[in-house]
Amino acid sequence: MEISILFLPLIASIISGFFGKYIGDRNSEIVTSALVSISALLSIFVLYQVIVNQYEENIVIATWINSGSLDVNWSMLIDPLSAVMLVVVTSVSSLVHIYSIGYMSHDPHKPRFMAYLSLFTFAMLMLVTSDNFIQLFFGWEGVGLCSYFLIGFWFKKESANAAAIKAFVVNRVGDFGFALGIFLIFYLFGTVNYSEVFQQIPTVIDKNLSFLGFEVKAIDLICLLLFIGAMGKSAQILLHTWLPDAMEGPTPVSALIHAATMVTAGVFLVVRCSPIYEYSPLILNVVTIVGMTTAFFAATVALVQTDIKKIIAYSTCSQLGYMFFAAGVGAYNVAMFHLFTHAFFKALLFLGSGSVIHAFKDEQDINNMGGVWKKLPYTYALMIIGTLALTGFPFLSGFYSKDAIIEFAYLKGNTTGYYAAGIGIFTAFLTSIYSWRLIFKTFHGSYNNKDVKIEETHESPLVMLIPLVLLSIGAIFAGFLFKDLFIGHGGENLFWAESIKFLEPLSTEHPPTWFLLLTPCLVLLSIPIAYYLFVKNKELPNSIVNMNRPLYKFLVNKWYFDELYEVIFINPSKKLGLFFWKFCDGKLIDGFGPDGISSFIKKCSIKANKFQSGFIYQYAFVMLLGFSALLTFLIVK
Amino acid sequence: MTEIGLGHYLTLGAVIFSIGIIGIFLNRKNIIVILMSIELILLAVNINLVSFSIFLGDLTGQVFTLFILTVAAAEAAIGLAIIVVYYRNSGTIRVEEIDKLKG
Repeated sequence: MEISILFLPLIASIISGFFGKYIGDRNSEIVTSALVSISALLSIFVLYQVIVNQYEENIVIATWINSGSLDVNWSMLIDPLSAVMLVVVTSVSSLVHIYSIGYMSHDPHKPRFMAYLSLFTFAMLMLVTSDNFIQLFFGWEGVGLCSYFLIGFWFKKESANAAAIKAFVVNRVGDFGFALGIFLIFYLFGTVNYSEVFQQIPTVIDKNLSFLGFEVKAIDLICLLLFIGAMGKSAQILLHTWLPDAMEGPTPVSALIHAATMVTAGVFLVVRCSPIYEYSPLILNVVTIVGMTTAFFAATVALVQTDIKKIIAYSTCSQLGYMFFAAGVGAYNVAMFHLFTHAFFKALLFLGSGSVIHAFKDEQDINNMGGVWKKLPYTYALMIIGTLALTGFPFLSGFYSKDAIIEFAYLKGNTTGYYAAGIGIFTAFLTSIYSWRLIFKTFHGSYNNKDVKIEETHESPLVMLIPLVLLSIGAIFAGFLFKDLFIGHGGENLFWAESIKFLEPLSTEHPPTWFLLLTPCLVLLSIPIAYYLFVKNKELPNSIVNMNRPLYKFLVNKWYFDELYEVIFINPSKKLGLFFWKFCDGKLIDGFGPDGISSFIKKCSIKANKFQSGFIYQYAFVMLLGFSALLTFLIVK
Repeated sequence: MTEIGLGHYLTLGAVIFSIGIIGIFLNRKNIIVILMSIELILLAVNINLVSFSIFLGDLTGQVFTLFILTVAAAEAAIGLAIIVVYYRNSGTIRVEEIDKLKG
């Protein structure tokens, strides 16, 4: 049964990808959606088993690599951590499959799209169920590949192709660190299986390594390299630039890959490796700092973006930052909890925005929307639910997970912890502001679209609304229902068992009451503020912008990261590439290689060709010369 | 005044032979000139034959010369006939235009 969870999406992908032409669009959609949905139901059943019966198993599907001391199985590890991920991946994936039937209804390449989605699901499942780093890496690259396919799905759009390549290349940077981390693990432990590696960790705590001329602790280095991989995949600051561009892909893809599942793989990696990270306080601090910087950075950028999907993309980036700093302060279970709830409400927001984009006939600029909440009542309501959950409105899912993160950061009790908690609260406020800005500009105020008349905007079909409704149920109740299970009463964590390691149990104290009330109050307060700014008094934001031109420019240009990378990395490598292409390849290799030899032979043959003049007298002359030479030779001899 | 000996005759033969050779190669105009040059080469050979025949007191060389002259006449006739036919076919007997061997 567990194996069918893994293989149903693969089978769906093969059927739709290779035979989509023969079975038709509608059948491919039905087959992929049905198989992935079955897989989702089975996953929920597995999670139920894990919760109720403490079911744990490592199913070996096949021996993959067996070479010397490298022994890698293709296996399916079921433990609380992977069971949670299974449910997140398959349930969001199945809803996105169903939603895509409606969203992609005008697209000519439906079977290909469904095949990619299913293939992605398979790769993601490989990633989360692996019991060793190699299979994890396989899944890691598999989801990266599918992400590339899906971002560039509309391959006729040049910007989509560029975004796909950018995502792929930026991820390579992270993957390079990740691969080095795996090499180092194999070098130190002689194995890549989680259980064996984690067992041996205490033996290498004091080991030092020389890396790039620095003497570093081996365990710090492993953690840092793995975290670089996680930063690439989870779009943390410095390696985040691909995520906003990835919004060029179809919206269901953004919801599935770039919000709910693939980008959380980095968080999953850190949590999975908690037995390693626990022994490296230094890198945990790095994780915290990177996480909170990302959370803050992305939230400030999201404040001024005008593309509906980019706002949500930066919001995703920011929420991933939250998850990382939760992991960084040692609250891995809270990171997983936020991952779990975030998957629902962020997928909901993305799919909702897809519904809005659909209604406006592919318009994405929120300045060209507005005033349609009566025309799109269901989408409006569902988007509101998503926004409330995201901003952490009391008793919705985001409230439990995000506040827990901030609390645990505060309870950590050291400087980074307090700092992270402060940033977390401020970012929560910013999150609330930009989320409500999106809602108000999209649905309220005056109607601003010139291309589509307000009468023409229409509510999405049922096939798109049902997944939204299901997701909104998750967004409302996931936090309340699973809070005890994931975070537990008083710091006890029976649920996670061995899958997450805490060196010291998490603090069981409670932060002061004023601290607990601070975030919800700010979140509540931000709603009227946003309403005033973006609906009532539209001149005020403009005048604020005019007063702070440089700051506004800084934010609109996303802190100039793209421009900075353009100057530091892209231009030099472009020049280097040009040099290698034009000079090394063109002039040296071709010049002395194929082109050189061919032109040399050409010259020789032109010379040789001149001998064949066709003039009898020349031929006779040559004959005579030869004859005399022969004669001379014979006589002299 | 010196006696005209074998050396002189052989020199004459060599000179005529050389003129024949050079006539073939430096000639850019007319194929008939090539034919004439070939005749010259043959004559040079004949002079050598006759000279050696006198020098060695053996008549065979002179008999050979007579045969060669006969054959040369026939050859010249055939050569001219070929040229005539060639002229009929291609309208020219200019040496630089005859390069059909080039393919």
